[in-house]
Amino acid sequence: MKTMTNGARRLGIGVRFAVMAIAGLALGGCVQIATPDKPIEINLNINIKQEIVYKLDGDAKKLIEQNSEIF
Amino acid sequence: MLKQWKPAGWAMAAIAVTAAVGLAVPSAMAQRDPAYEAARSGGQIGEQPDGYLGFVSTPTPAVRDMVNDINIKRKAAYTSGAPAGSTIEQFAFITGCNLIAKTKAGEKYKGPDGRWLTRDAGPPVRAANCP
Repeated sequence: MKTMTNGARRLGIGVRFAVMAIAGLALGGCVQIATPDKPIEINLNINIKQEIVYKLDGDAKKLIEQNSEIF
Repeated sequence: MLKQWKPAGWAMAAIAVTAAVGLAVPSAMAQRDPAYEAARSGGQIGEQPDGYLGFVSTPTPAVRDMVNDINIKRKAAYTSGAPAGSTIEQFAFITGCNLIAKTKAGEKYKGPDGRWLTRDAGPPVRAANCP
């Protein structure tokens, strides 16, 4: 089996082509998954503001507890 | 000799911490001045959305001085307590949201439209951007 017959080689090439074709189809399938028309926008401003609000809320509660004579 | 000093150091640190806690707790538990409490429950003064006290009706000089004094102390607390990345006004406003939420039934608070409201059993009317 050191030297491959022509037929066996053809078969090997055929299999290789089949694998590539399937891979190609699979990739094609991946690319074809519908992408949204509009880019997804993430408004970071709102996120940061919300983060500050929650931080402030916790700090405000502590401030009220620690200075109960003026609140 | 050093080995004998180390535990003593720890003990002294523990005593210092205990003393510090002992001193800190009474100040944290300090209650409102009776005159302040009376003006609140009597509806003469109320909580504003900006984090300060306001006059619902024309105050007596004593009530006016007391409220001004408390508001100055509040401003100092907001100034020293405002976390990085926020302004004094933002911190005061969020504290105001909490203070209005904490009002007791019968106490006055200023709604987002600027009118004085009386707290009832339900939740208070607060600014939309309160957390």
